[in-house]
Amino acid sequence: MAPETTGANRPMVSVRGLNKWFGPLHVLKDIDLTVAAGEVVVVVGPSGSGKSTLCRCLNRLETAGQGSVEIDGEPLPAEGRALARLRADVGMVFQSFNLFGHKTVLDNITLGPTRVRRIPRPEARQQAMALLERVGIADKADHHPAQLSGGQQQRAAIARALAMQPKVLLFDEPTSALDPEMVNEVLDVMVSLAAEGMTMIVVTHEMGFARRAADRVVFMDDGRIVESGAPDDFFAAPRTERARDFLSKILQH
Amino acid sequence: MEALTAHLSELGHGLVTTVELTVVTTVGAMLLGIVVATLRIAPVPLLRAIGTAYVEVFQNLPLLALLVLFVFALPTIGITFPLFTSAAIVIAVYEGAYLAEAIRAGINTVGVGQAEAARAIGLTFGQSLRHVILPQGLRAVIQPIGNICIALLMNTSLAAAVGVVELTQAANTVNLVEAQPIAVFTGAGLAYMLLALIIGQVTGLLERRLAIVR
Repeated sequence: MAPETTGANRPMVSVRGLNKWFGPLHVLKDIDLTVAAGEVVVVVGPSGSGKSTLCRCLNRLETAGQGSVEIDGEPLPAEGRALARLRADVGMVFQSFNLFGHKTVLDNITLGPTRVRRIPRPEARQQAMALLERVGIADKADHHPAQLSGGQQQRAAIARALAMQPKVLLFDEPTSALDPEMVNEVLDVMVSLAAEGMTMIVVTHEMGFARRAADRVVFMDDGRIVESGAPDDFFAAPRTERARDFLSKILQH
Repeated sequence: MEALTAHLSELGHGLVTTVELTVVTTVGAMLLGIVVATLRIAPVPLLRAIGTAYVEVFQNLPLLALLVLFVFALPTIGITFPLFTSAAIVIAVYEGAYLAEAIRAGINTVGVGQAEAARAIGLTFGQSLRHVILPQGLRAVIQPIGNICIALLMNTSLAAAVGVVELTQAANTVNLVEAQPIAVFTGAGLAYMLLALIIGQVTGLLERRLAIVR
C-alpha cells in the first residue's frame, strides 16, 4: 500500500521469525523469507519438512505460534473481516483442488468477485470466461467440478484464484493429486503465469517446474529453511548435505 | 362412514389447521435449526455453548410438557399468545433442536477443503456458510430432514392437548358426538398418512433435483 516503493524489489511477502507448533511438534522453526513482487519462489523439501504448513501460514489457514507475516507491507490481521479482505488478495491453489462441488465451474469463479469484490454479475461472468479461456477450459464453464478431469479441475481452481486479481498466488502441491499425464497441462498454466510477472510461492515436487520457472528455490528440512538460491545453482551444486541427500533421492530416476 | 361424512366440515377445518400448523412450524423449525447448527460450529466458544445448551434442553424434554408449560405457565407472568401461535412456537422450538442436529451432521459431511477454499478467496465465515457450506451440507441430509418433518406433522396432534382444534382434536370432538372411534380415527389416521406421503414425495423430489453431481 506504499506507492513510492513500487519497484521490482518491493517485498510482496515478508515472513519474520515464524514459529509454529502442532501440540508438542515444532513444525516451523525461525522461518525468515522475503518474496519480492514478481518473484517466483519454489519451496522444495522432504515430506514433513513444513513446506505446506509454511504456505498455509501465509494466508492464515494455519495460525503461526510466533513471528509475523506481511503481505505487501500489511501485517496479516488475526481474524474477522480484515483477515478476509487480506485473504482476497492472496490466491491459493490446493493439492485437492477444493472446487465448490455444488456450483458450476463458472459459478466457482464468479463467487469471490461478486461476493467479496462486489463486481456486478455480468462483468464477473465476462472476466471468468476470459480466465477459463486462458487456462483452456472455456468449454467446461457450465459443467460441475466432478465432471472434469483432475487437470481441468486444477486449472479451474487456478482461474478461481486469478479471478480475485491477487497480489500473490500460493500453490500448495498443485500437481501432487494429479495423474502423471495431467501434470503438464497445469504446470504450463503456472509457467505462463510466472512469465507474466505474477508473484508466486509454489510448494511442489516438480523439479522441472523449479528449473523452468523459479527465480529462487527454497529448500526446507525439519521445519527450517536450510538453503535458498537460484535454481541452477541449487540443482547443480547444493551447498548443504541435506539438500544433496534430498536431490539424490528424487533425481536418480 | 356416515360418522365421517356427517362432520366433513369440522374434520376439514381440523385438517386445514393441521396443515397450517405443520407448514408454519416447519419453516420456523428449519430457520431455528440452521441458526442453532451454525452456532454449534461457530468459531466462538460461547456461541457453541449456546447452541449445545439449546439442543440439550429441547431434545431432552417431552414436547407435551413444553406445550403445557408454555400455554399455562407463561400467562402467570403475564405473557399470553393465541393458542395456535403458542403451539406453533413450541413445536418449532422443539423440532428445531432435532433439525439442528441433522443439519450439523450434514455440515460435517462437507470436506474441510471446501471451507478453506471459501476462506482463501476472502469470504467471511457467514458468507462461507451461506454460499459454500450450507448448500452442500443441507443437500446431504434432505432425507433425515424429511423424516423429522414427518415426525413434526405427527407431533402437531399434541397441540390438541392445549386446545388447538387441529385434526386430532376435531376427530375427538366428532367421536364424542358419534361414538364411532374406529371410523373417526381411521379416517383421521388416513389423512395423516396422506400428508406424510406427500412430505415423503417432496423430500424424494428435492433429493433428486438438488443432487450434487459427483
